Amino acid sequence: MSYLMTISPDFAPELIAGWYIFNTWLQKQLGEGIHLELFNDFESQREAIRNNQIDIIYANPFDASMLIREKGFTALVRPVGKQDEAVIAVNAARSVEQVEDLRPGIRIASTDDPDVHMMGMIMLEPADLNVENTERSVVDSYIIVAKQLIRNEADVGFFLKEAFDNLSNFTREQLKPLVESEISIIHHSLLIGPRLAAQQDRIRELLLHMTADPKGAGVLESLGFQGWEHIDEEDVEFMIDLMDTLV
Amino acid sequence: MQDMSLDDIVGNPREYELTFYDGSSRKVYVTEIEAPYPDGKLIVSRTDKAGIITHVNRAFVEMSGYSKEELVNQPHYILRHPDMPRAAYRDLWDTVEAGKKWHGYVKNLRKDGGYYLVYATVIPNIRNGEVVGYTSVRRKPSPRKMAEALTLYAQMLLEEQA
Ligand SMILES: Cc1cc2nc3c(=O)[nH]c(=O)nc-3n(C[C@H](O)[C@H](O)[C@H](O)COP(=O)(O)O)c2cc1C
Repeated sequence: MSYLMTISPDFAPELIAGWYIFNTWLQKQLGEGIHLELFNDFESQREAIRNNQIDIIYANPFDASMLIREKGFTALVRPVGKQDEAVIAVNAARSVEQVEDLRPGIRIASTDDPDVHMMGMIMLEPADLNVENTERSVVDSYIIVAKQLIRNEADVGFFLKEAFDNLSNFTREQLKPLVESEISIIHHSLLIGPRLAAQQDRIRELLLHMTADPKGAGVLESLGFQGWEHIDEEDVEFMIDLMDTLV
Repeated sequence: MQDMSLDDIVGNPREYELTFYDGSSRKVYVTEIEAPYPDGKLIVSRTDKAGIITHVNRAFVEMSGYSKEELVNQPHYILRHPDMPRAAYRDLWDTVEAGKKWHGYVKNLRKDGGYYLVYATVIPNIRNGEVVGYTSVRRKPSPRKMAEALTLYAQMLLEEQA
């Protein structure tokens, strides 16, 4: 039997090779055929999930909720120390110092990452801003969010904190962060579907021991991860409850 | 529940006697000092089905002024501010006990007598089809909606006291 693996479409493009390396490593370890399929956007990935095509997924916290509660997936591990946090930034030349200085009618640039967009909108609430009195343009990458701010095509941009920190110095210097989330509970996680449920313990053990094995450690490095950490059911349920209070 | 202690109070307090749903009461001291909501943070707590605190996050500890040890295993009314009408909490409990999500603007009382303002969402935690407790997540409120809520609460309080 062959399985299908996918990763949340908000992955950093420079890590694509890393995910292919991970996929190859996992197939070897498990002795199973696993095809890695990348989707360009969340909608097409969700379509595949709805059609029960996916067996392993590195999932955005938003999708994790649907996968676990509606599709019988189990969360196995999360990358050590990686949290999803959002940053709201403006053009550095703007005379805006805090979110409360923003006014109705502003144009927001964001990607289709559902969790980052949600956190961004929550952080605009203290300025009485919401979907009704703002405009949104959805762009393909955080680089484009930055460009729109620099060209004054957008007034505020929402970034995944990690993506903001990874912008070039030249780009970042032209931007001014106004607020950063400090939620600590929201993170991506690796989930398996019902067809792999019987192998759950084995896969988790393999992942948790990657750091101890030289090959595994190299694979982790290509993903930019320090390692995987175990998550139990209650950890994930708690994260999903928390996401539920935010939507 | 233990009365608040004047030793913990910062500023010039008014004194109130609050009575809770379980019949217990508490002397509280209240000042007009607002602790500003920290940008970007969520204040998170969980309770059991009876409203006894089981978990708090760091932002909760910082904003309430209590230590984690002083909070866990206490009823959530430890934060009850006398400016909040009873009806608001009745609505909260009716909603979550019916298995639904509750949203509302809340003024909470700190250990030092000051207060902080939040927009709170409370949901039932459902595990294997059963409610095992509740989670509340608070965020920085829209100032306009917060002001509207406080005006409404003041009217509701007058009616409750009438
Ligand atoms: C998850 C959860 C969180 C709550 N958070 C608060 C809170 O932050 N402040 C508060 O005064 N009451 C909170 N309550 C409501 C209290 O349980 C209580 O109903 C309220 O303080 C009023 O007290 P009373 O019901 O005894 O009149 C919370 C309840 C639940 C279930």
